[in-house]
Amino acid sequence: MELNGAQILVQSLKDEGVEYIFGYPGGAVLHIYDAIFQQDDVKHILVRHEQGATHAADAYARATGKTGVVLVTSGPGATNAVTGIATAYMDSIPMVVISGQVPSPVIGSDAFQEVDMVGISRPCVKHNFLVKDVTKLAETIKKAFYVASTGRPGPVVVDVPKDITDPNIKVPYKYPRKVIMRSYNPAVEGHKGQIKKAVELLLSAQRPMIYSGGGVILGEASRELIELTRTLGYPITNTLMGLGAYPATDKQFIGMLGMHGTYEANMGMHESDVILAVGARFDDRVTGKLAEFCPYAKIIHIDVDPASISKTVKVDIPIVGQVKPVLTQMIEQVKESKKQPSKKALAAWWEQIDKWRSVQCLEYDRESSLIKPQYVIEQLYEVTKGDAYITSDVGQHQMYAAQYYHFDKPRRWINSGGLGTMGFGLPAAIGVKLAFPEADVACVTGEASIQMCIQELSTALQYKTPVKIINLNNRYMGMVRQWQEFSYQSRYSHSYMDTLPDFVKLAEAYGHVGMLVENKADLRSALEEAFAMKDRTVFLDIITDRTENVYPMIESGKGHHDMKLRVAPGTPTDRELA
Amino acid sequence: MRHIISILIENEAGALSRVAGLFSARGYNIESLTVAPTEDSSLSRMTLVTRGNDDIIEQITKQLNKLVDVVKLIDLAESAHIERELMMVKVKTSEATRAEIKRIADIFRGRIIDVTPTTFVIEMTGTSDKLDAFVKSIDETTIIEVVRSGATGICRGEKGLHL
Repeated sequence: MELNGAQILVQSLKDEGVEYIFGYPGGAVLHIYDAIFQQDDVKHILVRHEQGATHAADAYARATGKTGVVLVTSGPGATNAVTGIATAYMDSIPMVVISGQVPSPVIGSDAFQEVDMVGISRPCVKHNFLVKDVTKLAETIKKAFYVASTGRPGPVVVDVPKDITDPNIKVPYKYPRKVIMRSYNPAVEGHKGQIKKAVELLLSAQRPMIYSGGGVILGEASRELIELTRTLGYPITNTLMGLGAYPATDKQFIGMLGMHGTYEANMGMHESDVILAVGARFDDRVTGKLAEFCPYAKIIHIDVDPASISKTVKVDIPIVGQVKPVLTQMIEQVKESKKQPSKKALAAWWEQIDKWRSVQCLEYDRESSLIKPQYVIEQLYEVTKGDAYITSDVGQHQMYAAQYYHFDKPRRWINSGGLGTMGFGLPAAIGVKLAFPEADVACVTGEASIQMCIQELSTALQYKTPVKIINLNNRYMGMVRQWQEFSYQSRYSHSYMDTLPDFVKLAEAYGHVGMLVENKADLRSALEEAFAMKDRTVFLDIITDRTENVYPMIESGKGHHDMKLRVAPGTPTDRELA
Repeated sequence: MRHIISILIENEAGALSRVAGLFSARGYNIESLTVAPTEDSSLSRMTLVTRGNDDIIEQITKQLNKLVDVVKLIDLAESAHIERELMMVKVKTSEATRAEIKRIADIFRGRIIDVTPTTFVIEMTGTSDKLDAFVKSIDETTIIEVVRSGATGICRGEKGLHL
């Protein structure tokens, strides 16, 4: 079969099983768009800004486990995509980004809409390619998908000069079934000896903790994690990226850990003697002050990326491999082992954890007449029966969603953890809704974040992706305000937004339903009404208590045992700003 | 501690910038870096000299290995190895100093490869330390320029870095 470059590109995506491309046309990719026009298998979603394309594709990948695909033009199209590429990179999300490039002969001449995309994207991609020969195009696409989706996943950029997609140059096409790259051989199975040592250490623990992260979700190992945790009977905490890998409503789950983790999770980590870290990378938001991190613990770390091991925290038993096969082996060995966890030690440990739990660190002022953001998430949880896909932006609302929406399944919590990209939530919700049209999809956001990619409301209308936008409107950049309150004597430098749009009218202008919720009493019915409108995107502008802070909190530079807990409701500190 | 890391990398456009970019992005220090194709034209061999404690060197080698274009690498400091660097030094000469400069160059097994009425160019290979020692032993005011290739190295015996 002879095809031109543009057709090869589209056919390769089809052969790769791609369902959706998220993109935006422009000069350098016009040949490709013409090839897209002439087929129906790969559906193109036209976003309103390239950042939106990357977030939508990224969230599609997070929700489905498939690789997200983006198509942007050269120059500004490519640079606009960079934030989304970096977002995917930090959270290890498989994504292939095809960027147009000026024709090969003029590369390097500062041609119209030329940027060095390979150079610009290099620090925030897993790998990138510049296609120099149309006969190598199909193979390059195959390699891009292979690299993006295997090992520790990540975004891969394929930069395609316009002459490569010239409709007049046809070459034989065959999509390779597999590629072998001598320089790229991601680890699979873990080292048997290390696994054996790890199991022995785990079984001898007196105060064990399982700390799992996004790697468990990426590695489809939630079932194995649950089985191992239940077999052992140990407490488990999840990172922000790992929520849902272990059911949050299970009694062995002690909440998220880290900066806004629960008291019991952080204290448990601090006092633990053996930690099993699974697909987590000891991020600074998790560890707090490194010198005080888990002072009594021996640490086992399972990770597919050898560079994640002992990067910030030195571990005692590293296991490089995919979490699924490693956990499977561990389960077998635990079951076969004559040694079993000490019942007495474990009972004492759970007693201690329950004491920490009794602090009830997530309690808030339920009597308040104002709408508390936590209350909104709790109501959202009830109305959606805990079974929605929740995307979020970045800030206080993100933490409330993580703390109060109890994720019982993996891939339900879609947020920008590593890069912390405001503007992620709305395009992400669209990406998820396309993947799961029947599911409830809500974007938990704030009035600051939502404005960073608000233009995607237009995309939501075009593709009929009825998502629900839960705007926790506190008229502040809440998390910035909170830090300014704690660390800058309440000097609220530029964290206040006093010229907000009328979000209801804005939603209506985009052809959606807008609802303003100002009274606590109206919240539940508004949520129910919104979710009952199955075929409409609904923007719920919820006016929340503007002085509310996220608790508990490990302030930066402090250790797990040094948490700031909420002061009792009604005390002056809590009301200072009201 | 000083480490010489030898890297076999796909001979692709941008491979060098991936390595250099990694070092600058992660705040690692490059003392010298040399790169050239090998007997297999699809591969380049890079020799990188860096300094750091064991933890940093471990991270550097892991991060380098993580680059998709890197096929294989070895930290030469971990085993017996031979290190060589090429240097060319241009010095001012006069009737009075010529003999003395030639004598010092001979001691260091340097060769004079270009002569003009007022200059010598001395070529020398050796370990980086030896080259440092030579530069120190000649009169600083006579040096016009010093060009060094950066260190390269190879394992001793049958051990080696190959596919």
